[in-house]
Amino acid sequence: MPEHIVSKKVYYAICATLLLMTGATYWAATRDLGKFNIVVALAIATFKATLVVLFFMHARYSPRRTQLVIISGIVWLAILLALTLTDYLTRAWLPISG
Amino acid sequence: MSTTPAAATLPREHYLNAQYGVRSWLLTTDHKRIALLYLASITLFFFLGGAFAVMIRIHLLTPQGYLVSPETYNKLFTMHGVIMIFFFLIPSIPAVLGNFLIPLMIGAKDLAFPRINLLSWYVYVAGASFTLYAVVMGGVDTGWTFYTPYSSLYSNSAVAPTVIGIFITGFSSILTGLNFIVTIHTMRAPGLSWFRLPLFVWTHYATSIIMVLGTPVVAITVLLAGLERLFHLGFFNPALGGDPILFQHLFWFYSHPAVYIMVLPAMGVVSELVPTFARKPLFGYHFVAAASLAIAVIGFLVWAHHLFVTGMSVYAAMAFSILSYLVAIPSAVKVFNWMGTLYKGSISYQTPMLYALGFIGLFVIGGMTGLFLASLGVDVHVHDTYFVIAHFHYIMVGGAVMGYLGGLHFWWPKISGRMYPEGLAKVSAIILFVGFNLTFFPQFILGYLGMPRRYHSYPPEFQVLNVLSTAGASILGIGYLLPMLYLMWSARYGKAAGRNPWPATGLEWQADSPPITENFEKTPVVTWEPYDFYHRPDLKLAPPPPEFRGLRPAEHAEHD
Amino acid sequence: MHRTGELYGQFQNLDQQRETASLGMWVFLITEVMFFGGLFLTYTINRSLYPVAFAESSRELDVRLGAVNTAVLIVSSLTMALAVWASQTGKRKQLIAFLLATLALGSVFLAIKSVEYADKFHHHLIPGHNFHFPDSNITPVLARQEPNLNAHSQLFFSLYFGMTGLHALHMVVGVGLLLFLLRQALRGRYTPQYHSPVEICGLYWHFVDIVWIYLFPLLYLIDRHR
Repeated sequence: MPEHIVSKKVYYAICATLLLMTGATYWAATRDLGKFNIVVALAIATFKATLVVLFFMHARYSPRRTQLVIISGIVWLAILLALTLTDYLTRAWLPISG
Repeated sequence: MSTTPAAATLPREHYLNAQYGVRSWLLTTDHKRIALLYLASITLFFFLGGAFAVMIRIHLLTPQGYLVSPETYNKLFTMHGVIMIFFFLIPSIPAVLGNFLIPLMIGAKDLAFPRINLLSWYVYVAGASFTLYAVVMGGVDTGWTFYTPYSSLYSNSAVAPTVIGIFITGFSSILTGLNFIVTIHTMRAPGLSWFRLPLFVWTHYATSIIMVLGTPVVAITVLLAGLERLFHLGFFNPALGGDPILFQHLFWFYSHPAVYIMVLPAMGVVSELVPTFARKPLFGYHFVAAASLAIAVIGFLVWAHHLFVTGMSVYAAMAFSILSYLVAIPSAVKVFNWMGTLYKGSISYQTPMLYALGFIGLFVIGGMTGLFLASLGVDVHVHDTYFVIAHFHYIMVGGAVMGYLGGLHFWWPKISGRMYPEGLAKVSAIILFVGFNLTFFPQFILGYLGMPRRYHSYPPEFQVLNVLSTAGASILGIGYLLPMLYLMWSARYGKAAGRNPWPATGLEWQADSPPITENFEKTPVVTWEPYDFYHRPDLKLAPPPPEFRGLRPAEHAEHD
Repeated sequence: MHRTGELYGQFQNLDQQRETASLGMWVFLITEVMFFGGLFLTYTINRSLYPVAFAESSRELDVRLGAVNTAVLIVSSLTMALAVWASQTGKRKQLIAFLLATLALGSVFLAIKSVEYADKFHHHLIPGHNFHFPDSNITPVLARQEPNLNAHSQLFFSLYFGMTGLHALHMVVGVGLLLFLLRQALRGRYTPQYHSPVEICGLYWHFVDIVWIYLFPLLYLIDRHR
């Protein structure tokens, strides 16, 4: 598959967006959003990470198998976190020891 | 090409005599030579781990313990487990047979990253050296599972060098898996589509996924435990607010999929042996390929079944229990497909087939007893007893090691250019099978009756079964010693095998025995389906039965 | 051995070689995702168990330095991407310039990190025998909410040093890779036909940036709304 060369303009635009979102996450952290502080923080971080992966790392222009590898990594991290949390989040449901 | 080994001779130039000298071996990038480097190392560790097993079994001849102190006994079973799992079983088939065969099976000159392949062996040796150092410094007594806070705080044994050794060796596994994944994706010969690949390649692909995604987690886990031991951090220490169960989650996230690292390659071997020695295409090829991937994926979702009795959430335990039942399904699919392959096949009982049949029977027993353990209620009764030990030895030894030996025998002509002595090998396989069952079947009964694992002594009423088990172990040992001796003998004095002594259908059998360094004179172009015994005139087989003549393998399968 | 820029023996053509190198680096990066993942899991569990201690401990970090470091890394990712662009288009002088810029920015990051670590040392916030959460920052309300603040805060700082330390280690490796690339670039080894090393080191560098993109809010921004 021939290489796709991303234009410099795209890179500058992505960089500007990333810096803007960094400011946004800092600003959001100074507001008291209760439980949503962490949600907003992770959402912004994920948005930034997605931009880096898609454009700086050329995932948008990569073969399917590369995209499959990337998705697998994310899914597996999610499995590690989510399934372990099923234990910690439901321990208190039963007031006696398992 | 020739089916009569007696008429064959070794090729003039091949990978073994292409270059001479220690440097040509230690600095090689030839995947075949690296496979042999691994063969030597893991065999060494197999016998070291086996030595610890011998001491355990002798110690358990009497109820009060015959041989060593309780503290030393703890070290024996820990070192046995650590060495066998990390330094023998996990590398075994992938690093020896996988490294040797995958480029040959896909028509490539080498793996994608030959220098990384060599690096992975050196990393293995470095990690193994740390663990050997730990053995010399008196060993570890925490169990191979290193549960905290005992391992991170209280144990006075050589925990640090052992976990460093495991940490380093983990990267050997990661590099091997990475190499296999990339190779299988990008280095296949022209015409070799995914569904023309042998199952051996599919299972190694699935195994590599596990190696790559799981091993890093155990790496960071043992690193954390080691740091906790050094700096008293507190993640796993309840007195400082930590949770020992967190260690177990992190540890088993890898260590459960690790058992599939150990068994999937053996299943791949069996999937090569059964069609060859039944002279029939593999039944349900697509299902077996899909099942390999399914085992790898679902295998990542079940780890907490090792934590059922720790105090974890019972609701999470229910979820993990159901998932643990699910993971048995693709394994069962494979077993049924092997049976379907055998049905109406033209079966011959050469040594590799004996090992394959042994695998199928013993893996079924091991796998079914796993379902006992997946049940929450039963697990409360048999957890941490000899039932668990018998279960995993049936799979690891009755399954994985038999697959390894079967594969070693099957591909020995390709690796060495010579045949092993068939009569002696058959006897050895039977000795191994008898010895194995005598060793481990009594342990199911012992466990169910309540004998705990990792105990240096036991109630007197369990002695008979323990003695039987030790007797079996001595027979099993002979079954391991014999192949080592006659394989080494045959490498020098065995009859020349020719390209395809069995004959089998894989691409590797079109290379010389032993192959030249570049594997093939010209890159092959693949136009045939896998295990197609009916449309390969070059194999010079007797024609198939009338009802199968003219059919493609897929159509033939529908007839069954 | 062979000269850089030529076809390695196991490959059929340069395209296959390039795609293989790229896929190899991506597979390596997902192993790194799982490697850091274990630490992120430990962080998640401990933060959910001790939210107060984590919030208070987070406030001890210098958020301005953290924010500056985030910006530094983002810009370094830009310069790295531009370096890859330069290697793809055969612009040797720009390649060298962008590699130098990335190297400089990476070094700035590490320098700021050292300043932060030194500051923690002075304030007895390094986990171990000398760890002591500053008494001046413990209000009576806080002492009631979290009686084990010292122990639980030590968990936060163990994670802080563990995660940013592992990240910094990866940055150091990245700096080493950049020095290698610079040497090769100065020797004119990279052409539009052969520049895989620049591309795959770029992937590595961006990955290290992404880890920091998550570390910054999780460690520095837990509770900045007081």
